[in-house]
Amino acid sequence: MKVKKSVGYTPDNQALFDLNVNYPIQTRYIMSNIQSLSSDAQRQDYLDQLESEAIYIMREVAGQFERPALLFSGGKDSITLVRLAQKAFAPGKIPFPLVHIDTGHNFPEATQYRDWMANEVGAKLIVRQVEDTIKAKGLKEPTGKNASRNWLQTFTLLDTIEEFEFDACIGGARRDEEKARAKERIFSFRDEFGQWDPKRQRPELWNLFNGKISKGENVRCFPISNWTELDVWAYIEREKIPLPSIYFSHQREMILRDGNLLANADFIYKDDSDVIVNKTVRFRTVGDMTCTAAVESEASTIEQVVAEIKATRISERGETRIDDQQTEAAMEDRKKGGYF
Amino acid sequence: MSSAECRMKKTYSTFCTRHSTLNFDTMDILRFITAGSVDDGKSTLIGRLLYDTKSILADQLEAVEKASKTRGDGEIDLALLTDGLRSEREQGITIDVAYKYFQTPNRKFISIDAPGHIQYTRNMVTGASNADLAIILIDARQGVVEQTRRHSLITSMLGIPHIVVAVNKMDLVGYSEDTFLQIAQEYQKLADKLAIKDLKIIPVSALAGDNIVDKSEAMPWYTGETMLHFLENVDVQHDLNLNDARFSVQYVIRPQTEELHDYRGYAGRVQSGVFRKGDTITVFPSEQTSKIAKIEVYGQEVEEVSAPQSATILLETDVDISRGDLISGTGNSPVLSQDVEATICWMDDRKELKVGNKYTLQHGTTRVRCSVKGIEYRVDISNYEQLEDIESLKLNDVAKIVLRTAKPIAYDAYQTNRANGAAILIDETSNVTVGACMVEA
Ligand SMILES: Nc1nc2c(ncn2[C@@H]2O[C@H](COP(=O)(O)OP(=O)(O)OP(=O)(O)O)[C@@H](O)[C@H]2O)c(=O)[nH]1
Ligand SMILES: [Mg+2]
Repeated sequence: MKVKKSVGYTPDNQALFDLNVNYPIQTRYIMSNIQSLSSDAQRQDYLDQLESEAIYIMREVAGQFERPALLFSGGKDSITLVRLAQKAFAPGKIPFPLVHIDTGHNFPEATQYRDWMANEVGAKLIVRQVEDTIKAKGLKEPTGKNASRNWLQTFTLLDTIEEFEFDACIGGARRDEEKARAKERIFSFRDEFGQWDPKRQRPELWNLFNGKISKGENVRCFPISNWTELDVWAYIEREKIPLPSIYFSHQREMILRDGNLLANADFIYKDDSDVIVNKTVRFRTVGDMTCTAAVESEASTIEQVVAEIKATRISERGETRIDDQQTEAAMEDRKKGGYF
Repeated sequence: MSSAECRMKKTYSTFCTRHSTLNFDTMDILRFITAGSVDDGKSTLIGRLLYDTKSILADQLEAVEKASKTRGDGEIDLALLTDGLRSEREQGITIDVAYKYFQTPNRKFISIDAPGHIQYTRNMVTGASNADLAIILIDARQGVVEQTRRHSLITSMLGIPHIVVAVNKMDLVGYSEDTFLQIAQEYQKLADKLAIKDLKIIPVSALAGDNIVDKSEAMPWYTGETMLHFLENVDVQHDLNLNDARFSVQYVIRPQTEELHDYRGYAGRVQSGVFRKGDTITVFPSEQTSKIAKIEVYGQEVEEVSAPQSATILLETDVDISRGDLISGTGNSPVLSQDVEATICWMDDRKELKVGNKYTLQHGTTRVRCSVKGIEYRVDISNYEQLEDIESLKLNDVAKIVLRTAKPIAYDAYQTNRANGAAILIDETSNVTVGACMVEA
């Protein structure tokens, strides 16, 4: 394949995103990929259309708000957002900071990538630790099996919004992910407590996004609302965007639990029913290590991953997010409370 | 092997290749909405489309089966695929629009499932405002009812170019051709009043799957297309206005670095028409003119851009341009005025619109204050007649109003230019979007 050498996700240069390596990556190649855009401006294929809409939304955020931020986790959706933001403001820099709410339980590969990427695109990176919120607020940390800090992120996020007075947070949520997300507006209003009210969403007409708010309120903005998982992968493939190595097949020590494969780590509570196995896996989403399951896979190139996603019969969340499997309205409830 | 391991065995290679035939290079996008009265089967229809195109993944289906069981008689309720909110499931109705996605080899479908309940009409308008096509469902037992009329009026006001009427629940009327023809005739009369151009009427059963993806064996008398076949083949490329060049400035890009010291790019989206390098342009509302020095698409130079592409325009001369300005190129000029006449759909359930009220008008990327000068008429939903001497508008009223803006805005008629003829009213105290306006010129 033509892409092999220039990017970081093929087996040949996967070392680029290895833990122990510094990333002296030529600063230009992300921008230079932009040059390789389809030169035929007249005909917009469907990815061009999705891209164009997402960039329009990005620019609306930058134009309408005083202090926006882009929530960046090092996962493929937020990586896609960063690329879109780069394109939206080229040749200028991204005019807002990248913000990561770090649970302390993230995949080290993703955190490394996060730092590298922020530096690569010349954006300011703000990281806030859930750990610090737990200490400062005296929060009770969930313990025991399947304990996760995922929900606690909300507190840290709301504090961070307050600290920097962010009036808009750009997120990589997609409507195909989950049934409550399927209902959410592109500009999704949050009250001063960070809450989403699904029964009183603002009308959202045409492409006239209404980002008017009062002090203390904020808006969550979702430029890739209308993208599916497959669209994101197809776009990453087309744009040759480097990804953290965990998205590709690798050997890893895993915990086999209730049919899910979790990456083994010290902070994950284990009991006798858990089996430690060595597996060849990749991750389909990158979330908190405590609640993100892997899939067994040999796919080590973007083409192979796309081929697998095309063929899968299980949804992204169903397969990888243990936190969503718990109750029927888990996501809706989290969102009402201020979750991304 | 434990059951846990058994599940893990399902590696990807063993699954059928669901999307193996997608043609990413030639695919386009169709956005469609379902509309119609409560319980006419809108959510079920979308569920059926998803189901029959095999777009529902195993675990999602499992979840819906489980939810169906705890609720009803064990039959799988396809409406639960879109009715995702807790209160929707509790009440068995749709409250807000759901967006669902599926693909066939040449098209990506963005399906928008609207609520039928009159109380949630504004959510239906939200979904419809971006649709290329509307499927209006009618319960074959009921025929055309008030919500059918309301939603048809809204879709036609919004200028949705293609309307498909699905006469649903044919299974409950014995798949009767007579019933179908009667309803088709009744609807045709309504469509004539609304001047709907592209109309298609299909007898279906969303529940049983007749004429949705597969041709119905129960209705041999129907020889037309199935719903999916129609959706796959309807031409949406030609619905864009490519004559009048309009570009609203969203953001000014000024890198102010050493190499790009003098760079000043106007970032925005081509709303309609085509812009070419060298074109003479006029900036509104200032009416300054200049020439296009350069067009960039995300940093790369191109010769021309057309709607609905996002782009960046650089001009030959220094003109004062900021967010909210409109760059107009070849074709007819927009109207520049402080007086705006518009058809409005009123969406506030807390306050009425009254003559003299003030709002913020958002049009393109600009916001101006405006006041309501008059209400010319309100549309009576039952017969589409225009009622005069109206003093105020209530939730879901459709009317013609006259506005006066604090500063001139540059607009086109919605009828010929959806993008530059649309506007919203925002309440100045709650900041909520309270009106959808379709401007006349
Ligand atoms: N017999 C029969 N029942 C149907 C058909 N389509 C839908 N139904 C049933 O009609 C009821 C309402 O269906 P929904 O799909 O929820 O209706 P809706 O139009 O989405 O309703 P709202 O969104 O609340 O306006 C459900 O019980 C469906 O199973 C059909 O073709 N035949
Ligand atoms: Mg419904």
